Amino acid sequence: MAMKLPTVGETPAADREVRVRTVSDLSVEVVSDSGEGAQKCGQIFGAVSAKMGNGVWTVEIIPAEVEPPPRSPAGASGIRIRLGDTEVTNWGDETDVAVAFNEQVLLGRHRLGGLREGATVLLESMWKTHPDPDIQTQYRAGLEELQEAGYRIVEVPMEEQCLTVVDNPRRGKNMFALGMLSWMFERDLDRVREQIAQAFRKKAAAVTERNHRLLELGYAWAADHLGERWVVPTMDEDRPHLVMNGNEAVALGAVAAGLELAAMYPITPATSVSHMLGDVFHRFGGVVHQAEDEIAAAGVAIGASYAGKCSFTITSGPGMALKTEFLGLAIMAEIPLVVVDVQRGGPSTGLPTKVEQSDLLAALFGQPGDAPHVVVAPATIEECFHVMTTARRVAEALRTVVIVLSDANLATGVAPFPRPELLPAWQGGPPEILPVPDGMAPYQWDPRTGVSRRFLPGQAGGEHTVTGLAHDERSKVAYDSSINERASAMRSRKLAAFASTLLAPDVNGDAEGGDLLVVGWGSTKGAIEEAVSRARAEGLSVSSLHITFLSPLPPGLAQIFSRFRKVMTVEINYSDRKGDPFVTETNRRRGQLSWLLRGATLVDVDCWTRVMGEPLRPARIVEALRDHMPVAELAAAGAEVAEL
Amino acid sequence: MSESCSLLHAALDDDDRVFEMADYQGPVARWCAGCGDHSVLTAAQRLLADEQLRPENTVFVSGIGCSSRFPHYMKTYGFHGIHGRALPVATGVKLQRPELDVFVVMGDGDCVSIGAAHWIHAIRYNVDMVALLLDNNIYGLTKKQTSPTTPQGYSSNTQPLGSWLPAMNPLEATLGVTNASFVAQTAEWVPAHLFATLKAAHAHRGFSFVRILQRCPHFTPDIFDQAVKDPNRVELLEHPEGIAAPGLEKLYTHRIRHDPADIHRARELAEDSSTVRLGLFFRDERRPRYEETRELPHHSAADKIEVLEEMFERYAV
Repeated sequence: MAMKLPTVGETPAADREVRVRTVSDLSVEVVSDSGEGAQKCGQIFGAVSAKMGNGVWTVEIIPAEVEPPPRSPAGASGIRIRLGDTEVTNWGDETDVAVAFNEQVLLGRHRLGGLREGATVLLESMWKTHPDPDIQTQYRAGLEELQEAGYRIVEVPMEEQCLTVVDNPRRGKNMFALGMLSWMFERDLDRVREQIAQAFRKKAAAVTERNHRLLELGYAWAADHLGERWVVPTMDEDRPHLVMNGNEAVALGAVAAGLELAAMYPITPATSVSHMLGDVFHRFGGVVHQAEDEIAAAGVAIGASYAGKCSFTITSGPGMALKTEFLGLAIMAEIPLVVVDVQRGGPSTGLPTKVEQSDLLAALFGQPGDAPHVVVAPATIEECFHVMTTARRVAEALRTVVIVLSDANLATGVAPFPRPELLPAWQGGPPEILPVPDGMAPYQWDPRTGVSRRFLPGQAGGEHTVTGLAHDERSKVAYDSSINERASAMRSRKLAAFASTLLAPDVNGDAEGGDLLVVGWGSTKGAIEEAVSRARAEGLSVSSLHITFLSPLPPGLAQIFSRFRKVMTVEINYSDRKGDPFVTETNRRRGQLSWLLRGATLVDVDCWTRVMGEPLRPARIVEALRDHMPVAELAAAGAEVAEL
Repeated sequence: MSESCSLLHAALDDDDRVFEMADYQGPVARWCAGCGDHSVLTAAQRLLADEQLRPENTVFVSGIGCSSRFPHYMKTYGFHGIHGRALPVATGVKLQRPELDVFVVMGDGDCVSIGAAHWIHAIRYNVDMVALLLDNNIYGLTKKQTSPTTPQGYSSNTQPLGSWLPAMNPLEATLGVTNASFVAQTAEWVPAHLFATLKAAHAHRGFSFVRILQRCPHFTPDIFDQAVKDPNRVELLEHPEGIAAPGLEKLYTHRIRHDPADIHRARELAEDSSTVRLGLFFRDERRPRYEETRELPHHSAADKIEVLEEMFERYAV
C-alpha cells in the first residue's frame, strides 16, 4: 500500500518545476521539543484532511515528562498523521514526510526506526548558526547521521521566518509547519483557517489571527522553495462522520450511555477522558468526581452505583491494581460498575504514555477469590464510543463489573467514524423507587441465569445490608458452608448466560479455513487486518479474527480454530520467544490472549508479540506472518534459531 | 436523578407510618457481651426513632472490623464494604442520592489506619453525613493487634513489649483539616451523652465526625478504667451552642465552657489528652459541602441527545 516517495529538491530555484505525485497512502510526522505545539499542528492537519475526505489516523508521540530537556532524542514530542485514499485503521509503518524543529528529536525518531528510508525531512536550520558552538557541532553531526541514513533533507529557516510575525517562535513554528504541509498536500486553506479558529476558540481572537498569518507564511515559503507536492485522493463519503480520539469517544460515549457519575484519579493515559467530561459533563447533569486516590475513585463509583444508576471509573494499569479489592467487592455484592482501563506499558509505572496490552490477564483474573465479571475491549475509536452503552447495560443487567480495556493507541489516536444516530434507549431508565413486594429477597437468583433484581435505597421493604462477606439470598452472612457454593455458582452462571447471547466472531479472510489464523483483541485490529490483507495479496493463506468480549469469551472459537492448520495471536504484550534460553514449550510465557485461548479451546495457540512502546506496524506483522506460516516453520525446523 | 426521585418520593409520601425503635432493629448483634458497640447500636436506633427517619431512606455504611458489622443489625439499608473504605462509598451514595440519610460506622483501624487518606479527605469534602469512629484502641476482630490509637506502652500481639509510639489523637488530626465542620467526642459508657452527641451530629448539615471512646471487653477492658470509675477524670465541654445531655451535671462536675465556634481553643482542648473530654469541640454550619457543588438539575434523555448532537458539531466532518 505505502510507496516509496520521490525526493524533494534541496536547492530552491525560482524556475524549478513542481512535481505532483499521487499516492494512496502516506504518513506525515511533526516532531519538536515539548511545548512547541507539534501535536496541535498535526491535529489540525489531520482534521482538515478528514474533512476533505481522506482516510486519517493520527497518533501522538508523547514523552513521559511535561518538559523533558530540550533538543534530546528521548524528549521527542510529536504526532504522526497517516493519510489514505480509503479508510485508515492504524498508524501504518514508517513516516514518509517529517517536519522537525531540531535535529535531536528527529534523531530520536530515526533511531527508533520511525522514518522510512528516503523519507523527506523538513528540518529547522537555525541550529547551524546557533551562538552555542556545541549546538552547532551537534547539528552538523546529527545532519550527517541523518544524511547517511538516506533521508532527503530540506533545511528550512523556520525561526527566521516566524520572527517576522511573532516575538517568540516557540509559539508559532507549529503553524508555520502547518502552512508548509498545507501547501505540500494541497490542503484547502479556508478549511485550515477554520480549523485553526476552532482549535484556538478559547484563546483571544488575536491568537487565531496570528496563527493564520503564520499559516500563510509557511504556505508561501513552501510554494517558493519546495519542489514536490502530493495528492492523496479523497473518498466520496455522504455519511456524516465525527473525528475524535478514543478518549474523547469514551467520554461522549459515556454521556450517550446515560452514565452520570465518573469517579477518577489522574493517571496517564486515561486522564483526558475526565478532561473532556470535566468540560462537558455538567451540561448533561453529570458529575466528574476527582477522588483522593484510585481506591476512593472506585469506592465513590460503587457507592453511587449502589444507590442508583450505574457509575463508572476511569484509570490505567497502576490504578487497576489499586482498585482490585473494590472490584472484588462490587462483584461479590453484585453492584454494577463500569471500569475503563486505558492500558499503558507496565508493570509498575512502566511506559506511562505508550501503548501496551498487558492488562488483559490482570483484568480477567486480578481479583483474589473467584470473581466472575465481564471484560470487553473496543478495537476502534468508533467502538470506544459505543462500548460505553454496552458496558453500562451489561453491568446493570448482570449486576456486575464490566471492565473496558482501551489503550494508549486508541486514547490518542484520532480517526473519523460514522456519526452515531443517538437513541434515548441507550441511556437506560431511571432507577427503581417503588416499594419491594413482600417476600422478595435482594439476591433472588434465577437459578438458570444467576440474575437477580437489585433493590435500591428508597425502596421500602427492600432494606438489607450488602456485604463483601459470603451471603445468602437475603444478603445474610453465610454461616452455612453450602451457601458459598451456591452463591458462587449464581455469580458464575451470569457469565455463562451472557456468553450464550454472544455471536461467534467473524473470520476476516477465509471462514472455511486455511493455513494460518491470526487472533487479536483491542486496538490492534486495524494493523492486523491490514497485514492480513497484504499477506493474502502475497498469496499466503492467512485469515484473522478479532475478539471483543474477553470475558466471557464468545462461542464458536474452538470450531473456527479447528479449520486452520495453525492459530496464533498478535498482541502488544511480552512473550518468551521459542528458542530463548531455558524456554521450553511448557515454561514459555506466552502472549496473554494466547494463554487464555489455549485454556479455553485446548488448541495449541502460538503468539507473536512486541512491547516496543508503539502500536504494531502492519509491515512487521506481515513479516511475522511469513515466519509463522506452518510451511515456513517446517522449513525452519532443524535450522538454527533465528536471530531476533 | 435525585430531583426526580425526590418528586416521586413526595408523591408516594402519603403513608403515616410511625416508627418505633423496634422498626430499626435487625437481628441480634453478634458482638461480645460488654462490647461498646452495643451502646452505639442502641443509641443509633433510638436516634432514628426520635427523628422518625424512614428505614428505606437511611443507609449505614461501614468498613471491616467488629464495629463494621453494625449495618447488619439495623433494619435500614446498609453497605458493609471493605477495610478502610467506608467513606468513599458513603460519598458516592450521597453524590448520587443527596436526599438519603447516611451514617458511616468505622473502627479505629478502619478510619485512622488503613482508611486514613479517606478520613482526611472526607473531612475536607464535608459531605452531609454522620461519621462515627468507634475507637476501642485496638484491633479486635483480628485478635488484639496494635492500632494507631493504642496507648503507648500498651501490649498487644504485634507489639508484646508495648506499643512503641505515642497514640494518635484523631480529634487533633480532624480539627487540623481544612473545612472540618463538626467534631465531637463521646463515650459508650455515658449513654445519655452518646445519644445527645449522635442527635447533634445528625442535625448538623455537613460531615459530622464523632469519636466514640469504647472498651473492648476482651482486649482493652481496662483502657478507660480511670475515667469510667472516676467521673472526676472526665471533663464535659458545655456551651449553649454545644451538646446538652440533661442529667449528667450531678455526676460530671468537671465542666469546661467551650464555644464550639472557636477552632483554636478546640484544637487546644483536643491536643491535651491528660483527661477525657466529652462534648462538641467544633461546629461550623457555613463550611461548603461538596455535594452542594455537585447537585445538578435532571436532564431527560431527549435533552441530553440535543446537547450531545450540538457537541458532535465540534467533531463533525
